[in-house]
Amino acid sequence: MDEQIYLDYAATTPVDPAVARAMAECLGTEGDAWANPASTHAAGRAARARVEQARAAVGAAVGAPAGWVVFTSGATESNNLALKGALRAQRKRGKHLITVKTEHKSVLDAAKALARDGCEVTYLIPDRQGRVAPEQVAAALRDDTVLVAVMLVNNELGVVQPIEAIAREVHARGALLHVDAVQGLGKLPVDLAALGADTLSLSAHKCYGPKGIGALVVRRAPGVVLEAQMHGGGHERGLRSGTLATHQIVGFGVAAELAVARLEAERARIGALRATLETALAALPDAVVNCPVTLGVPHILSVSFRGVHGESLVADLPELALATGSACSAASPEPSYVLRALGHDDLTAAATLRLSLGCGTTAAQLRTAVERIAGAVARLRALAPAA
Amino acid sequence: MAVYLDHNASTPLDPTVLAAMRPYLGTRFGNASSLHRFGRSARNAIDAARGQVAALVGAAPQQVVFTSGGTESDGLALFGAAAGLAPGRLLVSAVEHSAVLEPARALARRGWELALLPVDRDCRLDLDALDAALAGSTVRLVSVMLANNETGVVQEIAAVADRVRAAGALLHVDAVQAAGKLPLDLGALGCHLLSLSAHKLYGPQGAGALVVDPMVALEPLVLGGGQEQGRRGGTEPVAALVGFGAATALAVAELPGRIAHLGALRARLEAGLRAHPGCTIVAAGAPRLPNTVQFALPGYDGGALQMALDRLGFAVATGSACHSGRPSHVLEAMGLAPEVARGVVRVSFGKDNRDQDVDSLLAALGSLRSALPVSAVSGGG
Repeated sequence: MDEQIYLDYAATTPVDPAVARAMAECLGTEGDAWANPASTHAAGRAARARVEQARAAVGAAVGAPAGWVVFTSGATESNNLALKGALRAQRKRGKHLITVKTEHKSVLDAAKALARDGCEVTYLIPDRQGRVAPEQVAAALRDDTVLVAVMLVNNELGVVQPIEAIAREVHARGALLHVDAVQGLGKLPVDLAALGADTLSLSAHKCYGPKGIGALVVRRAPGVVLEAQMHGGGHERGLRSGTLATHQIVGFGVAAELAVARLEAERARIGALRATLETALAALPDAVVNCPVTLGVPHILSVSFRGVHGESLVADLPELALATGSACSAASPEPSYVLRALGHDDLTAAATLRLSLGCGTTAAQLRTAVERIAGAVARLRALAPAA
Repeated sequence: MAVYLDHNASTPLDPTVLAAMRPYLGTRFGNASSLHRFGRSARNAIDAARGQVAALVGAAPQQVVFTSGGTESDGLALFGAAAGLAPGRLLVSAVEHSAVLEPARALARRGWELALLPVDRDCRLDLDALDAALAGSTVRLVSVMLANNETGVVQEIAAVADRVRAAGALLHVDAVQAAGKLPLDLGALGCHLLSLSAHKLYGPQGAGALVVDPMVALEPLVLGGGQEQGRRGGTEPVAALVGFGAATALAVAELPGRIAHLGALRARLEAGLRAHPGCTIVAAGAPRLPNTVQFALPGYDGGALQMALDRLGFAVATGSACHSGRPSHVLEAMGLAPEVARGVVRVSFGKDNRDQDVDSLLAALGSLRSALPVSAVSGGG
C-alpha cells in the first residue's frame, strides 16, 4: 500500500524525533526518569525534576510562569476543566457562560453538560469567515456571566479570533476568559498576558508532541478559581489529580520548546506553501476558500467545492490524507457544524476539504494534491453536473 | 545501581511494551478519529489494545473505556455512575485510594449520603458492617478496592458483590493494584465497574481503563468528540493505549510465574524481617498481594528510614506515594497504634527483582540498625 500524502496536521502531528528521544529517556529502566514523580526516593525525584523542567518549558512557550501550568490528558480535558471548573466553582457569581458556535466539540459538549446542570449558555454566531466581533461578546455579557470561552485559532477554518479585544470586554464586566489555543501553539505567537486569557488550553500532539498530554494554563490571580474534575492525590495544585505521566510531559516540554524556536521559520515556509496552494485551489471552478489567509493561520486551508458530493470527493482522493470537517468528532460523517454555523448549506459543508500543512509538507506534495483534487472535482462534476 | 522496590507506585516499562509503542511514536502517528489510512491504522491499534485489556479481566472489548489512568477511572466510575442514579447512600471502604475517597466526598457535597465502611486490624473489610449498612436506607453505589495499595490486602470482592447486588446497588472495584499480580475475572468478581491502570503493570503512565457493565448508565467525565462510544472524549493517546494493551497481554502470559516469583521474594523478606526483634509486618494475617510487604521496625520513623534507605540506593515508600509526608488514612482506619504507624515503610516487589535485592535490603536494614545511635533509633518524633 502506497503511503498517503499527509495533509492533516491540524488533526494530529507526528512526534518530532527530538521529542521521541526525550520521551525514551523516561521510558524503561535504561532511562533515569520512569518512576512516579510523586515518590520521594531518588528515582521519583529524578522524574519530578524532568516534569518540572517540562512545566517551565510549557509555561515559557505561552509567557506564563511554570507554576501556572496544570498538566492534563489533553486539550479536551483542559477545556472541560476550564468550563466546568469555573462554572462550578463560581456559582455565587452566577451561572452564565458565553461561547461560540464554532468552538471545538470539547468546549461545546462541556457547555451542553453545564446547561443540563442549570447553567445558561449564550452561543455567539461568527460572521461568514468565522470571526467573532468583540462587540458581540460585549452585548452578550451579563452581570452573572462567569466565563467567556473563545478559541484562538479555529481547527477547521484556521480563522484567528481577536482575543485581545474580546478580553478587554470580558474583563470590563468582571468575567473570566478561557482561550482554547490548541491550534495556535507553534503557529503564531501565543502569550497569555498579551491575549488577556485567564485560562488557556494547550495540546502536545498538535505541535509534534505525544497524544495524551495537554495543559490548562491557569493565571494565578484573585477570582481565577476552578473546581477540579479529577480528584485524589492533590496533584497539580489540587486542580488535577492522577499520577503525572512523566514521558508524556517531558515530550510535551520539548515539543513546546521546538514550537517556539521554529515558529518564525516554519510560519514563513508554510506561508509560502499555503499561498501557492490557495491560488491553485481557488482557481478551480466553483471553489470557495472559506477563510482567507489574511484572517487566519497559514497552515489550515478550508476550501469548498459547490455542487460536488463531499463523501465521493474524499473517496476519490485515496492518495491524500486530509479531512472533510474536523477529525476530532469520532469519525462522524455529518457535515461540519462549524461551516453550517457560518451559514453554509449542508451540501456545501459536506463538499469541503480541510488541508492542513506541517513539518513534512513539500511543494511537490502540494502539486500532487492540487492535481488530484482538480481531477476528482472535474470527474464528480461530470458525473453529477446538476447537483 | 539502585534497587527499586516501589512497584506499587509505578513500574518500569517492559522493553517489549516499549517496542510495541514505538511505531505509534513514529510513522504511525494518525488521529484515530481520522478516516484516512493514518487514522484507520491508529483505530485498528486501539481496537487491538482494547481486546487485550478486556482479556485481562474477562470482559467484552466494548466494556472497556480507556482513560488517562487509574485516578480518572475511579472518578469516572463514581461521578459517572452517580449521575445516572437518584442521590442516595454511597458506601466506600475507609481504606480506598484517595482517587475514590475524594470523589465520594465530592458526591457527599452534592446530596449523596456517604458512609465509610470499616476494616479490621488486618485491613479486611468488615462484612457484617457492610450488611448493616446495606440494610439501612437505599444504598445505590458501593466502592471497594480489590487490593490495597499500601498494605496489599486483598478484599473478598465476590462476597461483597453478592451482598451489594442483593441490595440492588452498583459495585465499583478499584483493581489498579491487583491487575498483573492476581488473576482477574469480571464475572467472578461480580462488580459493575472496574478500574485499571497501565503503569502499575509495566505499561506507560497516562493510560488506564474503566471496565463498565452494559447495564450501567455512565455519564462521561471528559466530554467532547464522542470517543469511547461517547463515554470519554478526547483524541486517544494511541501509543500509550498500545502500550497498555501490550502490558496486559504480557501480564496474562506471565501471571502464574510472576505470582510465584513475587511470593518467594515476599517470603524471603518477611523471614528476614522477623529476625529483627519487634518488627511488625502489617496485615500479616490477611490475604495480601504477593509483592507487597509493609513493615515497621520499633523506634524507627518511616520517613527517616525511607530516606536512609534511599541514600543507600533502595527505593521504598512510606505510605502511599501520592500523599507522601502525611499520615496514612489506611493505617489509621486499621487502628494501628500511632507509634507503629509512624514507622511503617512499604516494599513492593516487581517482576525483575531478585533474591539478592532482598538480601541486600536486609543487610542495609541491619547496618542502619547498628549505625544509628539509640537516641535516633528511639527518637520517634
